[in-house]
Amino acid sequence: MPKDEVVISLKDVNKWYGTFHALRDINLDVRKGERVVVAGPSGSGKSTMIRCINRLEEHQSGTIQVNGTEVSNDVKAVEKVRREVGMVFQQFNLFPHLTVLENLTLAPIWVKHMPKAEASDIAMKYLERVQIHEQAKKYPGQLSGGQQQRVAIARSLCMRPSIMLFDEPTSALDPEMIKEVLDVMVELAEEGMTMVCVTHEMGFARTVADTVVFMADGQIVEMNTPSELFGNPKEERTRQFLSQIIRH
Amino acid sequence: MAEPSVPQSFAADGLLSRPIAWARTNLFKSPGNTVLTLVAAWVLWLLLPPLINWALVKATWVGDPAACRAAGGACWGLVTEKYRLILFGIYPYDEQWRPFSAVLLFIGMILMAANPRFWKPWLGAALTAGLVIVAVLMWGGVLGLPPVSDDRWGGLPLTLILSIAGIVLSFPLAVVLALGRRSQLPAVRAWCVVYIELWRGVPLISVLFMASIMFPLFMPEGVTIDKLLRAQLGIILFTAAYLAEIVRGGLQAISQGQYEAADSIGLTYWQKMRLVILPQALKVVIPPLVGQFITTFKDTSLVIIIGLYDLLSSTKVALSDPQWRAFYVEGFVVAALIYFVFSYVMSQYSQYLERRLSAGVRRQ
Amino acid sequence: MVEPVSSSVSSAEFHHWWNNERFRGVLYQLLLMAAVVAIGWFLVANTLTNLNARHIATGFGFLDREAGFGISEHLISYMPSDSYLRAFEAGLLNTLEISVLGIVLTTLLGVVMGVARLSTNWLVAKLASAYVEAMRNVPVLLLLLFCYSVITVSLPLSRNAFNLFDRVFLSNRGLRVPSLIWDENAVVVVTAFLVGLLISVGLAIWARRRQDRTGQEFPVVWGSLGLLFGLPVLAFLAMGASLSFDVPHLAGFNFAGGSTLSPEFAALLVGLVIYTGAFVAEIVRSGILAVSYGQTEAALALGLSRMQVLRLVILPQSLRVIIPPLTSQYLNLVKNSPLAVAIGFPDLVSVANTAINQTGQAVEGVTIIMGVYLAISLILSFVMNWYNKRVALRGGR
Repeated sequence: MPKDEVVISLKDVNKWYGTFHALRDINLDVRKGERVVVAGPSGSGKSTMIRCINRLEEHQSGTIQVNGTEVSNDVKAVEKVRREVGMVFQQFNLFPHLTVLENLTLAPIWVKHMPKAEASDIAMKYLERVQIHEQAKKYPGQLSGGQQQRVAIARSLCMRPSIMLFDEPTSALDPEMIKEVLDVMVELAEEGMTMVCVTHEMGFARTVADTVVFMADGQIVEMNTPSELFGNPKEERTRQFLSQIIRH
Repeated sequence: MAEPSVPQSFAADGLLSRPIAWARTNLFKSPGNTVLTLVAAWVLWLLLPPLINWALVKATWVGDPAACRAAGGACWGLVTEKYRLILFGIYPYDEQWRPFSAVLLFIGMILMAANPRFWKPWLGAALTAGLVIVAVLMWGGVLGLPPVSDDRWGGLPLTLILSIAGIVLSFPLAVVLALGRRSQLPAVRAWCVVYIELWRGVPLISVLFMASIMFPLFMPEGVTIDKLLRAQLGIILFTAAYLAEIVRGGLQAISQGQYEAADSIGLTYWQKMRLVILPQALKVVIPPLVGQFITTFKDTSLVIIIGLYDLLSSTKVALSDPQWRAFYVEGFVVAALIYFVFSYVMSQYSQYLERRLSAGVRRQ
Repeated sequence: MVEPVSSSVSSAEFHHWWNNERFRGVLYQLLLMAAVVAIGWFLVANTLTNLNARHIATGFGFLDREAGFGISEHLISYMPSDSYLRAFEAGLLNTLEISVLGIVLTTLLGVVMGVARLSTNWLVAKLASAYVEAMRNVPVLLLLLFCYSVITVSLPLSRNAFNLFDRVFLSNRGLRVPSLIWDENAVVVVTAFLVGLLISVGLAIWARRRQDRTGQEFPVVWGSLGLLFGLPVLAFLAMGASLSFDVPHLAGFNFAGGSTLSPEFAALLVGLVIYTGAFVAEIVRSGILAVSYGQTEAALALGLSRMQVLRLVILPQSLRVIIPPLTSQYLNLVKNSPLAVAIGFPDLVSVANTAINQTGQAVEGVTIIMGVYLAISLILSFVMNWYNKRVALRGGR
């Protein structure tokens, strides 16, 4: 059960791409240990919102606070936030010119100034957790999609983040590999990691999430526990979306 | 929920807000950027006004060197005086409508080859026919046209002849070489590789030297081969190697499935290539093909080395007149502009074509 | 029930030996070989006949004969009484000199311009684009002739030369700079520089090992720069702060003393570098754009700084994309250097041309030219292929 401390707080956040209003008055609080799933149709602003949290996108108005630090143009603040927040991308974005092990040790060595041996030990531990340790010396191009995504998760974990962001982590995977990645994510959740996850996997949302946030057209339409949101949606838009995706 | 107001930078509070916002992001985003902008603007300020002053304001358009020197600006009089020499070389004055028509015909041929509507099997034959007409026009001796030997040809028509004939006539050889390089027969592949790597490894100048000096030696006793033909042959053999690599790239880009489908419906090797593979392969490599045409077009300027008078060397000849020697800038600028217009238009068009053609192709 | 088609066709129509695929393959190859041999024999026979008729010798014996012509600049000593072979060597060294300098300067210019084209500053990006588009659409020979004309026509005569502190002179005879006199002091200072170079290499290796062990970084770049500047300066001061130079001075119509950058060399170098630099700029730009933005995002999300992202993630991946076409451009620069013939710089082709004109031995002369360039191309290609294989991204499912 999530504790009461708020680790991510978005207040009246707005973002425009030129004249396109991508995020409208977003208000969201995430507590420590809470698992949040963000769902919604394409173009609803889900990815934009979580990318604003680690400043991969800039918001124009409102405030975003992560672990007490405000996300702004201050370079030091952004570096601090990025050290505490890990992110997993839809396209994995592993570094193809480095081995799996080197992918994991890159940031600990160059950002945390860890000696190589220590970084490698930590890396191997995480590789074992995601069950990829025999592939440590391989290159990303030699791994399957599911394996690459697990390596990507391990890479983020090596920086010991207190919060993990997932941007549609399984959307680029073949169906038979989705389960191995979701299993890792479930394990992480059970260990108490604070997670904000943009995904289409409603089964995952039902079993793991504490809160499901439904977004459409840049706004948060509805936010509730999974059983409430799926069983008893209050807004018409939510009902429309649910009827479209929960068909099989 | 009330619609929040648009933040200041996008508020429509006047005509200037947009340009100012644009300038702020694109020119003055950070201190470093601001410095760069100021330096660049200062350099432009130093160069542009004097340049415009020289090129237009103080320029003389009359063909009098003394007047030019007095005015101190650009001497476009050079162009008005010598444009015939620059454009047509030493072709007899009265017959210069012939090279002029040849240039127009060439432009027509380029336009035709560029239009996808004309990409039918007979395009090659049509272009070759165009070349024959140009040859007749330039050489004369038939149809009541007084003969003009090719050592009087020069300027823009010569440049176009060398480059267009170079590409059109080397194309069949290039296709054969590309197919040969991918052949399963080791001897065929080996010879194609040797040919391609040999001609790609040596400078065009040495090829032109070879053509100019050695081709006469290759001829049996009593047979002569005139200078233009030597150069043209050298350019054809040279360009074929580069075109072959481009075509080979296109062949590689076609998925194995196409080859297999063509085989499975019973086409012979040559039918497969002609009807299925090559049409697709050539479409894929249009940008590099146009790039090669532009390169060949510019490379024809090298024939100055073996004594032929293309556009660039005609310009140089025009400038060797001691009266006009000091105005070399104007001469080279005019020649450069002609090359630039041809090349730039072609490359822009090829980009446009690429966008248009790939719009219909779904990427796998 | 359908009757099988084959029963209506006699089976003797198939399995003819001349339809056998393998047989055909062998046949085609034999025909090709025969054709090549026939053409070759035809050309060689004609050539020999023609050479005989004009009383032109064959063979490379002429290389030992006295050349009898001067070469305006040479890195090795050469006099007209030296052999043709010596002349060719001088020409070859000139070609290599232009090629090496050209490649280095082109790379620098190209990288700067390529990065400038990607700048977020609109003005800088547009200016760089204008430069690239201009160079790609004009012939290199035009550029060379233009540069040469600028130098020989527009620069002042020697007696009115631009001068810098009465030491450096710029005129239409070229750029004249003081040259270092090779005495004891000079040797020590230069040795100090070389020692600094070696120590820098050692420093880089040591710093890397230290980082692996302790995680701490060491400013290798600044340290090396300090060594490369500091050591020679220390040596200079220690030796009494005196280096002697041969300063050029006006003597008659030209300068004497010092060393020269001739108009021909300068025009060729500047023209080739400005021209090829534009193509390199394009290659650098595509290389950097080829790395998907997701890589930058992932690296930033891990907390790496912008400089670290560029150095550790973007640059290594761009290099893989940049190196092959970059090598082609280097080769193009080398293959464009014979344009020296048009402005009178004595490179290999220029020298060979003179030799051919004097001896009439065109076949041997052209063979030497083509052989040398072919060798250079093959060596560069070989090195490039080896490097490519080494750094190729492994995988590819």
